[in-house]
Amino acid sequence: MADLLERLGGDDTFPKLLVRNAARHGTKVALREKEFGIWQPFTWSEYHDHVRDFSLGLVALGMQPGDKVAIIGDNRPEWIWSEIAAQAAGGASVGLYQDSNLTEVAYVIDHCDAAFVVAEDQEQVDKILDMLDKLPKVRNVVYTDARGLRKYRHPRLLSFEAVEEKGRALAAARPALWAENVARGTAADCAIVSYTSGTTGFPKGAMLTFRNLLSMALALNDVDPKRPDDEFVSFLPLAWIGEQMMALSAALAVGFTVNFPEEPETVMENIREIGPDVMFAPPRIWENLTSTVQVKIMDTTPFKRFMYERCLPIGRKVAELRFQKKPVPLHLGVAWRLAYWGLFRALKDRLGFTRLRSASTGGAALGPDVFRFFHALGVPLKQIYGQTEISGISCIHRGDDIQFHTVGRPIPGTDLRISERGEILSRSEAVFAGYYKNEEATRDALEEGWLHSGDAGYLTEDGHLVVIDRIKDVMQLADGTQYSPQFIENRLKFSPYVKEAVVVGKGRPYLTAMLNIDMGVVGKWAEKSRISYTTYTDLSAKPEVYDLVQKEVDVVNQTLPAAARIRKFVLLYKELDADDEELTRTRKVRRGFVEERYKVVIEALYGDRGAVDIDTTIRFQDGKTARIQTTLLVRELGQPRGKAA
Amino acid sequence: MALLKVKNLFLHFRGVTALSDVSFEVQAGTLHAVIGPNGAGKTSLLNCISGVYRPQRGEIHFDDSDITQLSPAARTSLGIARTFQNIALFKGMTVLDNLLIGRHGHQDSGVLAGGLYWGPAKKEEIANREVVEDIIDFLEIQHIRKKVVGTLAYGLQKRVELARALALEPRLLLLDEPMAGMNAEEKEDMVRFILDINEDRGTTMVMIEHDMGVVMGVSHRVTVLSFGEKIADGSPEHVQADAAVQEAYLGRSQAEG
Repeated sequence: MADLLERLGGDDTFPKLLVRNAARHGTKVALREKEFGIWQPFTWSEYHDHVRDFSLGLVALGMQPGDKVAIIGDNRPEWIWSEIAAQAAGGASVGLYQDSNLTEVAYVIDHCDAAFVVAEDQEQVDKILDMLDKLPKVRNVVYTDARGLRKYRHPRLLSFEAVEEKGRALAAARPALWAENVARGTAADCAIVSYTSGTTGFPKGAMLTFRNLLSMALALNDVDPKRPDDEFVSFLPLAWIGEQMMALSAALAVGFTVNFPEEPETVMENIREIGPDVMFAPPRIWENLTSTVQVKIMDTTPFKRFMYERCLPIGRKVAELRFQKKPVPLHLGVAWRLAYWGLFRALKDRLGFTRLRSASTGGAALGPDVFRFFHALGVPLKQIYGQTEISGISCIHRGDDIQFHTVGRPIPGTDLRISERGEILSRSEAVFAGYYKNEEATRDALEEGWLHSGDAGYLTEDGHLVVIDRIKDVMQLADGTQYSPQFIENRLKFSPYVKEAVVVGKGRPYLTAMLNIDMGVVGKWAEKSRISYTTYTDLSAKPEVYDLVQKEVDVVNQTLPAAARIRKFVLLYKELDADDEELTRTRKVRRGFVEERYKVVIEALYGDRGAVDIDTTIRFQDGKTARIQTTLLVRELGQPRGKAA
Repeated sequence: MALLKVKNLFLHFRGVTALSDVSFEVQAGTLHAVIGPNGAGKTSLLNCISGVYRPQRGEIHFDDSDITQLSPAARTSLGIARTFQNIALFKGMTVLDNLLIGRHGHQDSGVLAGGLYWGPAKKEEIANREVVEDIIDFLEIQHIRKKVVGTLAYGLQKRVELARALALEPRLLLLDEPMAGMNAEEKEDMVRFILDINEDRGTTMVMIEHDMGVVMGVSHRVTVLSFGEKIADGSPEHVQADAAVQEAYLGRSQAEG
């Protein structure tokens, strides 16, 4: 296969591409950040100048080739300037999740040998300074937002501007240095070390080269093209490979504009203002959008609700026909047009999706209802599959060839096969160079260039990949019946009322589930049904809510083999939370930990009593605790409705 | 340097004495707390400083000039702003509009020029919006910029009120129980904002607050009132150790009485 990187004409690293873009279309807007209520643009040449100054500033502070720069904070221009600056100085960047707790942050900073830490604001700086004596390898901490930091006097703390200032001074003394530094980089250099949120143990740092990142962006672009005049809103953690792919690799290779929201709370509003052409988000974002629309429709005027109830089925029908690759009859086509002008256009405008051409979801399974919803509106949502270790993406749906249960077909240049154990293996230019300082894990993951995904899956006749679950997560009941908890959990979570689900059953006689209701949707439902409630705990304990959820569990049970159906469930009194270490930062359930913590609940699920008394304390992020005392009902399926268990 | 001097203030409503011979000074750049049991006269004192009440006797000096006889509006233009115990915002207007109203005193152009959005009026409007946006950023209320105030949660409304007071770009900020009715998290945010305002903007503040943890933690100086009289004045540590203060708050010890 021809080398994809040849298309870039020798500009095969991020810094080189940045220099190229600045030279070719220096006055075009490359980045935008909303600040003080206004979208502040940065042209490619301004982008370039900031990266150059900061990069040389790092060199002036003693950065050596091979050094790592750890970055923590919300999505801001300074985040990606720091990243490319580190790469131009011959080093690599390491993204940290901004909501990580101290232990996680300290582990990654220490493990990756970071020489510099770029932190956004006082909150992040406080985190780092508190641990600085345990991080001997860190030379300097750089902050980008000075608010609240004016009185900080720390010898190793300095501002982003101060580093840029040092960079400008160095550039004046050695004018050729920047060009030399950029020219020195090669495609084989490690560009980022991406720490994957491990569902078990400490995270591992995947080393990705420029070749990995750029070949993946180019291959994906062949099947899902982006254009230089596209707009993209960057709002997911830049530490995540998916956001790296869009906001850096793809944006640098294609040259589209990346927009940064004002605050995490204003993301949806800001998306609407920008009207992106390209959007990539994990399932929860799409699910949230769908349920927000549904909740708002419940509240709207009767006329609007009437329009919604008339138009959406037309959209669904058309989408369904397209999925089945059948022609859309003329009258339905006309009806869809009418529905488009009557509703879909306005609805898409509300969501900011008027121009959305490339929409994809990845990271976990997305419910068919959500898929249907967006396709009904004419938003061509696609499923993506991949791992950090393959620079993010190996498979994607193409055009109208969309099947809910699959993740599409491999992108160009990616070989895919299923091992004898049923594991998904993939091979491409994008497969990583190994884990940082972890030979053993690298050996386990890579075999003759084939990346072991750890996922169980199979290929359909038309070449689509179906992902079942993590191989190690396929479990057995006491009688040997195999089941995939995550598969069932995802189906449970397709219900708008269920926010989180944990299926238990390993080595047990039957399957049970611990569920979290979705406070927003169930709360709305309760209001409509005239059920009064106070707190999350109270709402979760209502027999009516149990009835509601039971219907949803029944629906899922219908799709499962008789031996592997949910027999009993409880609605938990609190939401599972990453701060309590119950979920990973990407919101995956940490099964072992949860089963240990809710041992009492699980015992009740396999006991005869219909309820269990809970008396526990929960810890908030700020260290405060609160006591919860409640009685948790255990609902057995097949039991008459309406009767409190 | 004392930015505010209150000298021998007496305030009574018919037979009820609200303040009796109260004197204290607020140094420029400090965070000055006023505490005391219910009915001690704290809010009356604040009302005298902001000009809502006229004291029967005594003087108030701001920046070395006597402001005792000035109207509230005149005091505002000198640079005194306040927030209220019960939120006093325009509930039907957006956050942004509420803050822009706070800029009223900094607007000189007439009805005609303003209405036409022309020339200096336009420039003025843009400059005022910049100041307001800076405050919105400072107090982290970007996400509610265009929300109608009445629809916001109580804690956020309190923050908007503080923002409006800041929009005046005051030299002295009077805060009447900025944390009343807030939950622990909202309180923590508010404390951080108050400290940031004091440190980053150098604004002098007089704050009435009931939460002793907050008062002792953040203020530079504390004045204690009881039944309209000043019973103590000094650093938080000094005030905490004061016998009269302990008596006002906890009552006299049985053994002594």
